[in-house]
Amino acid sequence: MIKLLVYVAIALAIILIFQLMRIYQLSAEVKGKHVGKADDKDNRSQGLMMLIFVLALFGALIWCLYDVRGKLLPPAASDVGVTSDNVFFFNWVIIFIVFFITTFMLFYFPYKYKKQKDTKAFFFPHNDKLELIWTVVPSIALAVIIIYGLSLWGKMTGTPDPKAVKIQIYAKQYDFTARYAGTDNELGKTDYRLIDDGAGNVVGMDSTDKAGWDDIITKGDIHIPVNTPILFECNAREVMHGVFFPHFRDQINCVPGITTEVHFTATITTDSMKMITKDSNFYYLLICNRVCGPGHYTMAQHVVVDSPDEYKAWLAKQHPYYERKTQGKLTASK
Amino acid sequence: MENHAHADTHDMADHAHAHPHEHPKLSFIEKYVFSMDHKVISKQFLFTAMFMALAAAIMSTLFRMQLGWPGHNFAVMHYFLGDKWYKGGLLDPNMYLGLVTIHGTIMVFFLLTGGLSGTFANLLIPLQVGARDMASPMLNMLSYWFFLIASIIMMISLYCETGPAAAGWTIYPPLSALPQAMDGSKLGMTLWLASISLFVVSSLLGGLNYIVTVLNLRTVGMKMTRLPLTIWALLITAVLGVLSFPVLFGAAILLIFDRSFGTSFYLSDIYINGTALSQTGGSPVLFEHLFWFLGHPEVYIVIMPAFGIISEIMSVHARKPIFGYRAMIGSMLAIAFLAFIVWGHHMFVSGMNPFLGSVFVFTTLLIAIPSAIKAFNYITTLWKGNIIFNPQMLFVIGAVSTFISGGLTGIILADSALDVAVHGTYFVVAHFHIVMGLSAVLAMFGGVYHWFPKMFGRYMNKKMGYWHFWTTFICAYGVFLPMHFIGLAGVPRRYFNNDIYPAFEKLQHLNVIISVFAIVGVLAQFIFFINFFYSVFKGPKSEQNPWNSNTLEWTTPIMPGHGNWEGPLPVVHRWAYDYSKPGKDVDFIPQTVPMEEGEMDEGEHV
Repeated sequence: MIKLLVYVAIALAIILIFQLMRIYQLSAEVKGKHVGKADDKDNRSQGLMMLIFVLALFGALIWCLYDVRGKLLPPAASDVGVTSDNVFFFNWVIIFIVFFITTFMLFYFPYKYKKQKDTKAFFFPHNDKLELIWTVVPSIALAVIIIYGLSLWGKMTGTPDPKAVKIQIYAKQYDFTARYAGTDNELGKTDYRLIDDGAGNVVGMDSTDKAGWDDIITKGDIHIPVNTPILFECNAREVMHGVFFPHFRDQINCVPGITTEVHFTATITTDSMKMITKDSNFYYLLICNRVCGPGHYTMAQHVVVDSPDEYKAWLAKQHPYYERKTQGKLTASK
Repeated sequence: MENHAHADTHDMADHAHAHPHEHPKLSFIEKYVFSMDHKVISKQFLFTAMFMALAAAIMSTLFRMQLGWPGHNFAVMHYFLGDKWYKGGLLDPNMYLGLVTIHGTIMVFFLLTGGLSGTFANLLIPLQVGARDMASPMLNMLSYWFFLIASIIMMISLYCETGPAAAGWTIYPPLSALPQAMDGSKLGMTLWLASISLFVVSSLLGGLNYIVTVLNLRTVGMKMTRLPLTIWALLITAVLGVLSFPVLFGAAILLIFDRSFGTSFYLSDIYINGTALSQTGGSPVLFEHLFWFLGHPEVYIVIMPAFGIISEIMSVHARKPIFGYRAMIGSMLAIAFLAFIVWGHHMFVSGMNPFLGSVFVFTTLLIAIPSAIKAFNYITTLWKGNIIFNPQMLFVIGAVSTFISGGLTGIILADSALDVAVHGTYFVVAHFHIVMGLSAVLAMFGGVYHWFPKMFGRYMNKKMGYWHFWTTFICAYGVFLPMHFIGLAGVPRRYFNNDIYPAFEKLQHLNVIISVFAIVGVLAQFIFFINFFYSVFKGPKSEQNPWNSNTLEWTTPIMPGHGNWEGPLPVVHRWAYDYSKPGKDVDFIPQTVPMEEGEMDEGEHV
């Protein structure tokens, strides 16, 4: 019943608005004004609005910058991340300069050159010199941007340090599992047909590959040592997932059927970052950034960057998967 | 139509073959439903797209409510979603993803591809090149009906027991391929694929027709270098669509095979719900390549018609020729060419070879050059103009503004090393909504205000147009300016809420601001709807050439019949941009006016 009344009210409101428009239109016709075409008065008011708007837009942008200070990501905590922040800053400077100049002109010209009685337009169909300038200048700026960006890209995706600590990130709906390569720094083979969650073989480890016998599968926080190159080898179980480290400014997808890699060196320990951000609850994040189902938003893991000693101590407390689960069988097969 | 059938019998003989009044009397169904008149088909596209856009806009308010005030109980959400998806005042995460997915799909395909090209290519191509109709009116009609069926199937998918497709509008497999992976990948996904496949058919029928019409049916004197930029833009758009949409069709067909017939084009080594699937050897990255091979040209399919509309309206309302006509055509051609070799910038984190990534960085940033040329040319067109602020002029200035703002943040995303820091965050969402969504939507609104007198023979109300523009434009920036900063804080898109991320909660007040602007912005569209429907019936009657334009559509009768011109087709003598030409009494010279002795044709300038 209430719904019906609401519908009736909406219908009446629309009729009312239509009638008001009709009256407005008729009275305008009587006064000899046109309700569909702008006159000099409209040109003045809308021109002024253009000028007000562009100033308000700049004001809003400055307010946003002021408001978010300290609420965005803390300083980059990886080697590539530090360079990334520099490249970012460089690009931002160019972007802001171009934005302020072009946007101001775009709104100021309509304000300045609004049609009034006796005003005329300047016939100006082309100008080769001007067009050449704004072809060449952006080209040069972009060349610099491309070269600067690609030099970082090369570093990010180049051959990883051969001594990098290998860690597998295994993503499934809706969590991450880490597998450490153990003393040989070699990850054992896996096969998706050997996955057995009941037995704790989440990643599908193949027991015939000796390289995997010392591999450590961990749940919960992912520990990595500071100032040590890390190579993450990423896999997914059923759908695509994303490995996104916002604080390290790096990201890769986990794709079923292939192994993807991301590598960097963390430069700030979690404890130091707590001091820098003055936040005792600070933690680094590994989050899923490829929609993977209704639980996508809960798929995250804390990353702990340890000092070398802390890392050694933590690692010593972990046990290889096979030692933990199938000790008897394995010794027999040896 | 028939009341002046014999008014000009004296000159019937020389053009009787094409005279519109020679058509047999059409029934209501033939004239308004299964019409083959390009002008009616254009209106059909517009009405369908308006309805679809309204649905998609409402969806955006629903998920913005969730993002602004997670967990808050809204009666309006319950009204739209019912007990099933809004149980106990809590939105179902499946439905959240469903709303996001269908919002994106409708806006990209149904509004900004089908709606924008469908409306304006159909309306303007025959009218501005001087043709009686499209090359094949029959295919044109079919194009609309495939579009309508695709729209209906897409809307029906919202009512599935298991919900609509919910893997994001990019529907990456395996998520979209495996019904076990999520509810949205069940029947909803099947309907999505069916709908999009039909949409591709519609797009191809339309596109081929547009190309043939522009190339073959130009009237006498309408050289390519005299075409208005609207036609150039729509022609290039159609070429892009014809070359890229079949690839999406292929991608969709392969996905249908993977879903239903056990093939493994995109699937390999998958273990799900305790079962190891037998599919092996496929690659989800293949789907990304195929999808973005359409997907990137697609964003130019969206923005090109907007360029055309902006150029035309800006030139008319600045009473100045568009600055750098040749450069505008050249930059559109350059953008169209580059559009096909930049798709990899969507895939910097896909695991694709990083060297390939660097190539895509290079080609992508190259596109910034023709884009910059366009932006500077628009600004120069305004410089020293004599600017008339009809509502459409406000909309196209707004469209250039959003194109600049969004284009500039694209520089960050095109740079692979920076992209990996913000890929998949709200920074990307803000970027593409501004540069592609808003620019195209604002230009489309501009187009509707500008050509409304041609479509319906009446004016829209300017005061309501001003209110519509300013609320829409302010809300648009209100939504997408703060959204960049949420992305820079590392917040990923498509998250249902940020409950477990205290770091993201610090920016929740921005999410509230965004949601308020989004809701007000959607409500503001009702100003447009009311103005539109009122003016269709009651608006003040239009004159022959309401904006004093040069282009051919204004030489037709106010409400042209099927066949457009009553007499012979107009003959073109000059380019479309002779506004405020020195030494002339009036500030516009229609294309049909012959050149005077010694007069220069500016379109011929090299």
